[in-house]
Amino acid sequence: MTPANELMNNKRFLSGLMFLVIGAVSIYIAQDYPMGSALRMGPGYFPNVLAGIMILFGIYELVLGAMKPDPVKGNWSIRALVILPLAAVIFGVLMEYAGFIPALIALVFASAAASHEFKFLEVLISAIVLTISSVGLFIYGLGLPYPLIHGM
Amino acid sequence: MELFNNLILGFSVALTFQNLWFCFIGCFLGTLIGVLPGIGPLATIAMLLPITFNVSPTSALIMLAGIYYGAQYGGSTTAILVNLPGETAAVVTCFDGYQMARQGRAGPALGIAAIGSFFAGTVCTMLIALFGPPLAEMALKFGAPEYFSLMLMGLVTAAVLAHGDMAKSLAMTALGLLLGVVGTDVNSGMARYSFGFPELTDGIGFVVVAVGVFAVGEIISNLGDKEERQVFTSKVKNLWPSLADLKTSFFPIVRGTAIGAFFGVLPGTGPAIASFSSYMVEKKVSKHPEMFGKGAIEGVAGPESANNADAQCKFIPTLTLGIPASAVMALMLGALTIQGIAPGPQVMTQKPDLFWGLIASMWIGNLMLVLLNLPLIGLWVSLLKVPYRLLFPAIMAFSCIGIYSINNSSFEIYLTAIFGVIGFLWLRLECPAAPLLLGFVLGPLMEENLRRALLISRGDPTVFFTRPISLGFMIVTGLVILFMGLPMIKKRRGELTG
Repeated sequence: MTPANELMNNKRFLSGLMFLVIGAVSIYIAQDYPMGSALRMGPGYFPNVLAGIMILFGIYELVLGAMKPDPVKGNWSIRALVILPLAAVIFGVLMEYAGFIPALIALVFASAAASHEFKFLEVLISAIVLTISSVGLFIYGLGLPYPLIHGM
Repeated sequence: MELFNNLILGFSVALTFQNLWFCFIGCFLGTLIGVLPGIGPLATIAMLLPITFNVSPTSALIMLAGIYYGAQYGGSTTAILVNLPGETAAVVTCFDGYQMARQGRAGPALGIAAIGSFFAGTVCTMLIALFGPPLAEMALKFGAPEYFSLMLMGLVTAAVLAHGDMAKSLAMTALGLLLGVVGTDVNSGMARYSFGFPELTDGIGFVVVAVGVFAVGEIISNLGDKEERQVFTSKVKNLWPSLADLKTSFFPIVRGTAIGAFFGVLPGTGPAIASFSSYMVEKKVSKHPEMFGKGAIEGVAGPESANNADAQCKFIPTLTLGIPASAVMALMLGALTIQGIAPGPQVMTQKPDLFWGLIASMWIGNLMLVLLNLPLIGLWVSLLKVPYRLLFPAIMAFSCIGIYSINNSSFEIYLTAIFGVIGFLWLRLECPAAPLLLGFVLGPLMEENLRRALLISRGDPTVFFTRPISLGFMIVTGLVILFMGLPMIKKRRGELTG
């Protein structure tokens, strides 16, 4: 592995980079927030101090990571990483425009699709069971005020 | 005598039919969700939080406490039967509990975990009743400098004692505090880090971060891994440990309770520290240390008592000072705030029925768990046999409904999705999320107290070191950093948590 590739797979280096970037961006955004003085702290005081602390730790980790290999462990499922958050987003959109039942069914199908063991019939049954029990528990049991299907 | 009266008041509240029912529902649902592999108490509570919105504050808290113990006990069940810890504290239970299950002794392992937890719960209920009132009285005298130093101490201990790399934990704490800043600044009315979204001017919801990181992020991570579960189910018959088992476990349970109670009252330290310490102690004092890791019942009895004692004693700083002592406690306080009660030392005097009712119900909840788990263990076991591909869409469904119901807003669902992705990245980079969450909750409180402290002292930062109580907290904070920074202890810490 080339050194650059190694760094891109180095837990410490990447964590350090993350802290450094978040810290720097926070300070950049906080430019518009008045700092005030220690006596009368402005809205910019606390965030700037915190961002500074993060940058220090970020540099520390970055340097330590660059000195010693620290490979990322565990498998990545790009499929899960993309589809699962997307499933939540679909639920959010459908709750606004389509109602509780379509949102829930779409959520169950979309989440299940995040796994590579997707079986249509199995997912259909669990979607039906989950929808019936959720409607019973949340809408009728707890009285949450959501339309089951919009326009009905 | 006052203690006695207080406890009577507590039991009169906790023993009403309504509260007993909520306590039962809490324990039942908590165990049900907690048994599911990979879900710890935090995600369980976050998911079930919305079901407490429509009940009275006292009942809501009683139910949440029940969910908490239930989830923790459910986690032990999973650890023993499937070797899958729901959270770091249960890792210890896996060592010997799973070995016992492999040897056909899953029953006694589950039984002793329940008995140990019940014993620890009883002792800690007494401790809270005894020390709660004087502590709250002391806390009423705390000014802004004391609160700030105390929170700093909690955050630093939490970060330093967390699993893994110390610098990462401290940086994650700072990031958590920074996330807590998002929203409208109370003093200047300025919207900070809202990126132009009006929804963000109210700040990021705690449940959003908790569910995003601990439920969605975990699922993404689990889906990448191959499923390897071996459930030892056929052998769970007799739950009662033998007399010999009870005899061997007695002192480990007592020691575990003491260790757990000690770590429990310290804000910041998680149950993992308590159970690891208890395991180390038991291995040290044992006449047959070579049996540890091969199914020694002491290795289950001690840590299980310790983590329950810790969980319960976390209520002491939380209820008396109004400062969440752990991420779970932050959720409890969040629930209290949603119910319109400001957390703090005044809760005890202004709402004695809530305070003492909760304490009495903790004991009842622990008793209920023992009674509940003996007949229902079959149900939990069959739940463990359900394949993960069927479970996780259900977890997603409950999480999303739960989050949506807090503010009836889709925006929070989108935020949860984002935190899910970030949480997954943190998991892979081994950046601990628990200190972040604690920082996130304490962020606004800390900023406010820092501001006030410096206002009182006319901008002089030495105020934190000239007031005796504040100085005490600062010294402890310094000692913790110093000790943990020593190379020798660093190595031991690696053994302990690594």
